[in-house]
Amino acid sequence: MFLIYFLLYKNIILMSNSNTLLPELYSTMKRIRTFEERVSELFIKGETAGSMLHLSIGEELGATCVGRAMQEKDTFTTNHRGHGIFISKGGDPNRMMAEIAGKKDGYCKGKGGSMHIADMKLGHLGANAIVGGGIPIVIGAAMSYKYLKEERVSVAFFGDGAMQQGILYESMNMASLWKLPVVFCCINNQYGMGTKIDDAVGVKQFSKRAESFGLNTLHINDLDVENAYYKSKEIIDLARKKQPGFIEIECYRFFGHARMDKSPYRDDEEELEMRKKDPILYASSLMEKNNILDKSEIESIDRKISDEMDKAMDFAINSPINDKSEIFKDVYSEEDPAPISVDERINKILSL
Amino acid sequence: MLDLNQEYFEKITYRDALRLAMHDAMKEDNKIIIMGEDVAKYGGAYGATKDLLKLFGKERIIDTPISEPAIVGAAIGAAMSGLRPIAELMYVDFFGMSMDQIGNQLAKIRYMFGGQIEAPVVLRTQGGTGRSGGAQHSQSLESWIMHIPGLFLTMPSNPNDAYHLLRHALKINNPTIFIEHKLLYNSTGSLDKNKSDDIFGKAKIKKIGSDLSIISYSRMTNFAKLAAEELLKHNINAEVIDLRTLNPLDRDTIIKSVNKTKRALVLSESYYTSSVPSEITSIIFEHCYKNLIKPVVRYTGEDTPVPVAPNLEKNYVPTVEKIVEYSKKLCLSNQ
Repeated sequence: MFLIYFLLYKNIILMSNSNTLLPELYSTMKRIRTFEERVSELFIKGETAGSMLHLSIGEELGATCVGRAMQEKDTFTTNHRGHGIFISKGGDPNRMMAEIAGKKDGYCKGKGGSMHIADMKLGHLGANAIVGGGIPIVIGAAMSYKYLKEERVSVAFFGDGAMQQGILYESMNMASLWKLPVVFCCINNQYGMGTKIDDAVGVKQFSKRAESFGLNTLHINDLDVENAYYKSKEIIDLARKKQPGFIEIECYRFFGHARMDKSPYRDDEEELEMRKKDPILYASSLMEKNNILDKSEIESIDRKISDEMDKAMDFAINSPINDKSEIFKDVYSEEDPAPISVDERINKILSL
Repeated sequence: MLDLNQEYFEKITYRDALRLAMHDAMKEDNKIIIMGEDVAKYGGAYGATKDLLKLFGKERIIDTPISEPAIVGAAIGAAMSGLRPIAELMYVDFFGMSMDQIGNQLAKIRYMFGGQIEAPVVLRTQGGTGRSGGAQHSQSLESWIMHIPGLFLTMPSNPNDAYHLLRHALKINNPTIFIEHKLLYNSTGSLDKNKSDDIFGKAKIKKIGSDLSIISYSRMTNFAKLAAEELLKHNINAEVIDLRTLNPLDRDTIIKSVNKTKRALVLSESYYTSSVPSEITSIIFEHCYKNLIKPVVRYTGEDTPVPVAPNLEKNYVPTVEKIVEYSKKLCLSNQ
């Protein structure tokens, strides 16, 4: 996957005349945003499986900097708003989009959907629709790496909402107690569904909570993705040395919770003001300002990305639907019998 | 705009009927509070508490952090200390996180403490398929609750029942788990606020019939009604029963009906194994076995997690066509 990615975007990576990572980080963020925009389009076209689609537009920096700081062998879990994190970790937009459409070519054969995209081969231990549900899974992954003497780190990505879940603190304590190679990564987009962070917590300094468990902490609250990458890498590298860490990235969820949410709980002025905190605009203007890439070069990157994501949308639309028999597969291992359908059971009873 | 003071509605949504029930109860009883994720400013994920914040203020309509076990636990404590809380868990699937508070605490408070105290919590939630919510947002977990002694359980199928069952739950001194269906919120029906016939614990015969009893609750009641209409075209007169509350359960109505029709199909959206239909089927066997012409049929969702793909999800739960098909097979025998 990384090879394909490199071939596709090698000119972006190579065209920068300095050793800055900014063009690469910019293109990851842009790919995330463009992907999410296409998800929205797919929904409007009526081609998605339902409307429970949680976009990470405005939140691209966190996924990008932490994803880049992780190694290929590292693993992670995400929350329900996980498209961007997976793209940053090498997720194939075609198969992701097909999963969102509930189609056969999706990562989970269309059975998981947007909230459960996963690819174990890329270290994605699962997106989760239960707030906090994926957090303790990285503890177990890290226990395994420690036992098997593999130098891998497992990262739990979650939102500010999960900061109020008890299971996070149970997990932080275990990480600290057993000195596990884990990082807890909170992408704080200011809203847990429709509830603003100020209405959900008594103390907003999340780092303090993590510090009290003895974790290394990092709080990012600016738009400089390259700097965020270097800082995140320090935390990930320390985790690899069995010093667990916590990263909070503050950002703003540009749109509603899911596709049916028109954000009636916040006013337009707030949205307009906060959407100025745009990590992608910031990165492109920084590249121009510092003569890393000029406007036309950036536009050329954008066009490529746009084409890539258009194709992903087409791929999803053209992917076949599953046969009904797919319902019964994957409940148990292949060696064991699949559940008998209700239809078969009833017909058997009625033929008595 | 809904006129909250109206007494009779020819057409009201299930959502508004629930909202009205909470509104009317809160006006009568200032000990009632509502707490849950996004219940106040957002008005509830499915809009059932919309505008209540404006009417009753933030002391009584309380947005909570995303902390499911503590939401239920806090409601228990409030109920033990003089309030009458309505706690909301956004999806019945989230009961997974709160089952200690629901099953080990709420259900047992009165009994463990020798009847000294009661915890009249009403725990509202919603479940069911239909929105491609996937494995963790589409379940029907009523049997988890029905299995535990000490918890009343109700699953209304229409606006009138939703209103009166909720009003009743807010007057009694037992904890009640109130499970709505995500696809029913926009459904409509009439509501007569004054016609508060004693419906809690009483099943409703939606259609009188003689050839078979289709027993259901929540959204599947509507499927049963549609199937019964279709069956009339095939000269099969089905009786349709809406259980409305699963605890207390109106065994008498079930038993009387099946003893009359001699055939039964029990319908639900839940998993097949160890489900509410499993329990109903046992009751029918225990009490009607001498009269049964055919085995009782449990028609439910599949024994698998709920798939997200719309075509799979639709085939995962009972369909009207299949209810008709199985009913016809059940009635094939002329004995």
